[in-house]
Amino acid sequence: MKELAFDAVVIGGGAAGMAAALELRSSGRSAAIVEREERLGGILAQCIHTGFGLIEFDEELSGPEFAERFEERVAPAGIEAFCGCTVLELDVEGEQKTVTCVSRSEGVMRLRARAVILAMGCRERNRGNVRIPGSRPAGVFTAGLAQRLVNVEGYVPGRDVVVIGSGDIGLIMARRMSWIGCKVHAVVEILPYPSGLTRNIVQCLRDFGIPLYLSHLTTDIFGRDRVEGIEVAPIENGALMTEKAFKIPCDTVLLSVGLVPENELSRMAGVSINPMTNGPWADSFLMTSVSGVFACGNVLHVHDLVDYVVEEARRAGRFAAAWLGGERPKRELRVKAGPNVRYVAPSRVEPGRDNKLYLRTMIVRNDAVLEARIDGKVLCSIKKNHVQPSEMITLSLGAAELGAIAGTPDATVEISIQ
Amino acid sequence: MSEELTCITCPMGCRLKVERLAEGGIAVSGNRCPRGAAYAREELLAPKRTVTATVKVRGPLGSGGGAVGVRRIPCRTRAPFPKERVGELLAAIYALESPLPVKRGDVLIADALGLGIDVVATRTLGTSE
Repeated sequence: MKELAFDAVVIGGGAAGMAAALELRSSGRSAAIVEREERLGGILAQCIHTGFGLIEFDEELSGPEFAERFEERVAPAGIEAFCGCTVLELDVEGEQKTVTCVSRSEGVMRLRARAVILAMGCRERNRGNVRIPGSRPAGVFTAGLAQRLVNVEGYVPGRDVVVIGSGDIGLIMARRMSWIGCKVHAVVEILPYPSGLTRNIVQCLRDFGIPLYLSHLTTDIFGRDRVEGIEVAPIENGALMTEKAFKIPCDTVLLSVGLVPENELSRMAGVSINPMTNGPWADSFLMTSVSGVFACGNVLHVHDLVDYVVEEARRAGRFAAAWLGGERPKRELRVKAGPNVRYVAPSRVEPGRDNKLYLRTMIVRNDAVLEARIDGKVLCSIKKNHVQPSEMITLSLGAAELGAIAGTPDATVEISIQ
Repeated sequence: MSEELTCITCPMGCRLKVERLAEGGIAVSGNRCPRGAAYAREELLAPKRTVTATVKVRGPLGSGGGAVGVRRIPCRTRAPFPKERVGELLAAIYALESPLPVKRGDVLIADALGLGIDVVATRTLGTSE
């Protein structure tokens, strides 16, 4: 069995994994990437629509273009990338981490390192996760699976489509299915507002005259061998109006009902998970509860832009390199989600330097105020023209904001939106 | 006659009200910044979309370059394309078959529909590594 040693092993070769590994290399550390697919790039390969890279490259690129721009830097940087290679086990014994993986070409292989960066991304919620009643016919797909079938493998999964859930992948797929000649009959969303970005509502639904049923629950899926239709009912003042239920005939149902960070390996290694993000708790170094194991990208929390994923992953790579060199956070403050904030990641800041926080709100509001406080004292207050749950918010807290409270022991920074 | 639009320039999503004036111009209200007026003008007078699609791979699939299981080459218009011609453009793209290897940025259709916009591949496929 092949055994190799690196300073750091990155699990997952998508945008996060590549960005983290490149940063490790430019900090002078050896790094390997383990990627399950035959090629680096992760989910970007099937995201053939544009809208990627506005922050990173100041250009609007498609997913494959964005991925390739990173991919072509990996080999020249001296990063060992093991593609078609699945991680079976992540084992932690003090300082020593062992990644056991298997591939067609190498068989079983052990990679040893002092640092591991988790970059496994996320998975789609499926029908079982959201408990949609009805029969079990063929023709029910998650939106991302349909996206892969259409964009990469060249299969058309059906002709008459209904999308359940208004997440961005569902909206993007509504347009894709329309563009390949299918008829998209409706998008059904349980919440009173869409889960996807406004520009996707406009360009993926309105351009094609696709109706969006907000505050509607899917109460049944019909069909024996193949989907024949679904039944939906409106929710009014919190009550399901079953007498107003109606049927939408279709042969295909696409589910766009949320994403969950993929942390099976993290749990195996004893990493503790934040129930609000379904990703690891991370400190100001983006290090998990297991010393030397870092996390970035969608495995940490679900991002809405790959540009933010890359930004976060670079910091994870830099922190991992610093940690390998013996650096540790000098002092950390806890960060807590306050009123109207669903979560903040990471959950620690270091007062002496610049910290970048990502957060999500639970409300839709124009002219909102984002505030960071300690013991009721306002550290910073930032006006936001518009906030909504589907748009991630970034917040920088530096020495300027945090310096004043340097003397307070065990202080907690509370982030709120009003 | 007035029409309603949602501005997509930023996440605010201003609801724009647009009046078509007699002399061919338009008047925009409801926008909180000048970008809203510019968006409404373009969207009403000359709407454009960046079109993305895939092209069929001709011949046997290469085994290198991560082409395993890949049967389609992703592509896009190099610039936003007039919206009312998108259907014709898609038909032209779907009629195409392209051999491998293909490199990101290769022109698959030059000067599509004579409108001066190229359709280019967005992924490198089938080259031996």
